[in-house]
Amino acid sequence: MDKQDKHDTHTSDARPVLEGPDIARVLTRIAHEIVERAKGADDVVLLGIPTRGVFLAQRLGVKLEEITDRKIPVGSLDITMYRDDLRMHPPRALARTEIPGDGIDGRLVVLVDDVLFSGRTIRAALDALNDIGRPRAVQLAVLVDRGHRELPIRADYVGKNLPTSLRETVKVLLAEEDGRDTVLLGAKPAAPGASQ
Amino acid sequence: MQRHLISAADLTRDDAVLILDTAEEMARVADRPIKKLPTLRGRTVVNLFFEDSTRTRISFEAAEKRLSADVINFTAKGSSVSKGESLKDTAQTLEAMGVDAVVIRHGASGAPYRLANSGWIDAAVINAGDGTHQHPTQALLDAFTMRRRLIGRDAGIGQDLDGKRITLVGDILHSRVARSNVDLLHTLGAEVTLVAPPTLVPVGVESWPCEVSYDLDSTLSKSDAVMLLRVQRERMNAAFFPTEREYSRRYGLDGDRMAKMPEHAIVMHPGPMVRGMEITAEVADSERCTAIEQVANGVSIRMAVLYLLLGGNEPAVSHARTNEEK
Amino acid sequence: MSKILIRGAKVLGGEAQDVLIDGSVIEAVGPGLSDEGAEVVDAEGKVLLPGLVDLHTHLREPGREDSETVLTGTRAAASGGYTAVFAMANTFPVADTAGVVEQVYRLGQEHGYCDVQPIGAVTVGLEGRKLAELGAMYESAAGVTVFSDDGKCVDDAVIMRRALEYVKAFGGVVAQHAQEPRLTEGAEMNEGVVSAELGLGGWPAVAEESIIARDVLLAEHVGSRVHICHLSTAGSVEIVRWAKSRGIDVTAEVTPHHLLLTDELVRTYNPVYKVNPPLRTERDVLALREALADGTIDIVATDHAPHPHEDKDCEWAAAAMGMVGLETALSVVQETMVDTGLLTWAGVAERMSVKPAEIGRAKGHGRPVSAGEPANLTLVDTAYRGSVDPAGFASRSRNTPYEGRELPGRVTHTWLRGKATLVDGKLT
Repeated sequence: MDKQDKHDTHTSDARPVLEGPDIARVLTRIAHEIVERAKGADDVVLLGIPTRGVFLAQRLGVKLEEITDRKIPVGSLDITMYRDDLRMHPPRALARTEIPGDGIDGRLVVLVDDVLFSGRTIRAALDALNDIGRPRAVQLAVLVDRGHRELPIRADYVGKNLPTSLRETVKVLLAEEDGRDTVLLGAKPAAPGASQ
Repeated sequence: MQRHLISAADLTRDDAVLILDTAEEMARVADRPIKKLPTLRGRTVVNLFFEDSTRTRISFEAAEKRLSADVINFTAKGSSVSKGESLKDTAQTLEAMGVDAVVIRHGASGAPYRLANSGWIDAAVINAGDGTHQHPTQALLDAFTMRRRLIGRDAGIGQDLDGKRITLVGDILHSRVARSNVDLLHTLGAEVTLVAPPTLVPVGVESWPCEVSYDLDSTLSKSDAVMLLRVQRERMNAAFFPTEREYSRRYGLDGDRMAKMPEHAIVMHPGPMVRGMEITAEVADSERCTAIEQVANGVSIRMAVLYLLLGGNEPAVSHARTNEEK
Repeated sequence: MSKILIRGAKVLGGEAQDVLIDGSVIEAVGPGLSDEGAEVVDAEGKVLLPGLVDLHTHLREPGREDSETVLTGTRAAASGGYTAVFAMANTFPVADTAGVVEQVYRLGQEHGYCDVQPIGAVTVGLEGRKLAELGAMYESAAGVTVFSDDGKCVDDAVIMRRALEYVKAFGGVVAQHAQEPRLTEGAEMNEGVVSAELGLGGWPAVAEESIIARDVLLAEHVGSRVHICHLSTAGSVEIVRWAKSRGIDVTAEVTPHHLLLTDELVRTYNPVYKVNPPLRTERDVLALREALADGTIDIVATDHAPHPHEDKDCEWAAAAMGMVGLETALSVVQETMVDTGLLTWAGVAERMSVKPAEIGRAKGHGRPVSAGEPANLTLVDTAYRGSVDPAGFASRSRNTPYEGRELPGRVTHTWLRGKATLVDGKLT
């Protein structure tokens, strides 16, 4: 069985909670919120957390540019080597960290991720940021907040609050990676899988 | 599951590409204000050097420190009477102090293999060069340098060296760098040619996955990279070649010879270079010579190897050959 | 003196017969002998051979008693079915004087497990420069007739020529360790495909073959006899075959390990496979077996070379060369020569007892199993199969390459001049 089959089996009994148009609408709203709260988004830098957070950051960047008519720096921040569960798994392949040209010092960094769950990824992201520079402030934008926080972390911009049980999985699919846009809510697979 | 890196021949194509890709990300850390990652915090690595090699030790040490490992440097000059005892005893002593990995450089071929397979210690063993056997991180950093220069930093991600023509020139017989490179480059799909006087090619080379030539000039125009290996002057005294001058004339790379190489082709050297012997100053200082880059890339490669062997609860590198034997 | 009746043994692998020992000699051989007044040993299904003779043993005493002594070495020999061993001269001090060889000889006699026939050094201190007092060693109580610098090659052609000539005076023989020293500087294993990969110093076959070629020609020229120790390459076989066809008085030995093991084993870097001469290739192994079968190689000799644990529990370069072999030799020969159909048990007796006794002039050994002969005998359970456990060795050292390997055959009894030294696999 190849990866694709496995993926399909896993998502077949899951139900969509956000479809393509919903995702586009939600991102537009978040873009407006950022502009509003950042008072024009003059110094905003968007940093997506790989893999899907990067695509969301790029989409947000486009929308911010439409609204502000300014180029918005977008980059990526791989948090793998800052994870607190490294010793619990085999080493993961690293993803790209790409800090836009002018850096992050003194700027408003908005971290972008697909799903906010335990908060540990964001904790690692804050540590990673610390080694890269000193932003004026850090904010967090997520497509879905599914609850169950294990750390005192909250999102500044939330696409959709989705109450879930721990037996459920939330899977974000994006056209750039998965060929379509959707957010799926499903039952946890028997074997440990790629769920959030 | 194997937790060691003993020989480049143990790496599968996918293992090697994963290491190169990981090193590419590690390299970016060097561009940051804080060149440090917390990944190996709380892990202890000992650099156990039975042979002097400041360059290799410093490279490993930089890699270990950038990953926040605790580093112990142990430079042991093997006593002539009981080298064997001292390797085993030293390793066991270090392990008793709670070492997670041993980076070992040893003058005896097979010493790292023995350390990893004799039940003397449990720590992961990384071969930093053993006798005339292997030097796998050198081969990895060479392959990394080739991929960057011949394919590109970003374009190279996920790629091997399929079809690249690599020529290694010099003392093949006594070279662990040559052995490691032949194994790894072959695994990565490159076509390797060894060039040396027949005296410096080992008997039995016919089983290696490469071509052998005694004529440098005829291979230059067909090379994407020419790697020069150090030739020790003392070899003259054992009649491996008559004089330094004759060696340079037949096998040294000078400006005229470099001009015969394709425009994109690079010149590599693992260092330290013997200028005037295997390479002229003109070539060594040219844009096409990657010797300094290789040093920088060495840190990234060693960070990648350390991360992939020690960064999780089990290694990410599969070691296909060793597993088959089990 | 007591009588022993060995009941139903296949003498030299032939028909089952009874063998009656009275005192130190064989009184009778034949079917249905009376067991009156005799202790009976049930030998049904087992093979009875003349006591084995090893022309090449390192007993290490004097000087390296931490690895072996005459006592532990001769106990190991009795365990392996041997009734006589030739002790090599590379002890500390070197056995290059009448005093040292007599000491070794007497120790063997005192312990009584196995006759010990010392080999004298060819040159003083094994240094290859000056002839040792070969005549004095011959005239000593030890009566030395075999001379060897084993461990080192007598590489100086003139010294070798003189030694070959000199021993003619008393019918001696020079046993050459054929290893051209310059070609083997830094050598660690057979030079070939495996050494190229492992980065271990190569030991070319030609380093052995060139010395053998030179020495058979020297022996021919001076009309002496020469013996080649532990021949290990297919090329050496060809040279000895040619020399014999030319009528040159040359004999040659092969070790059990060169009949079974190849240099592929060195890939483990386990120094238990480090030996001089080195393990060679499959092609060499097959050529050696064939040569032993057709008589080009005359005998099997163990080159039993004990080393303490710490000399092998280290990296390859630092390890000592050599393997113990007395207690596994017959099993390896059964595995490689008998079970493969290359040799009968009578052929084994010829190559492990009769011929070595003849080359070394060991009186009373290698004799026929017949009435009136000295009762030097070995009883072998050839149907046995078991894995080698060094913990059970009588030798002081454990450096065997066969640990855990399943091998056929087990020596159950050994008699030295009628006295049992091994009974039911246990030393007396």
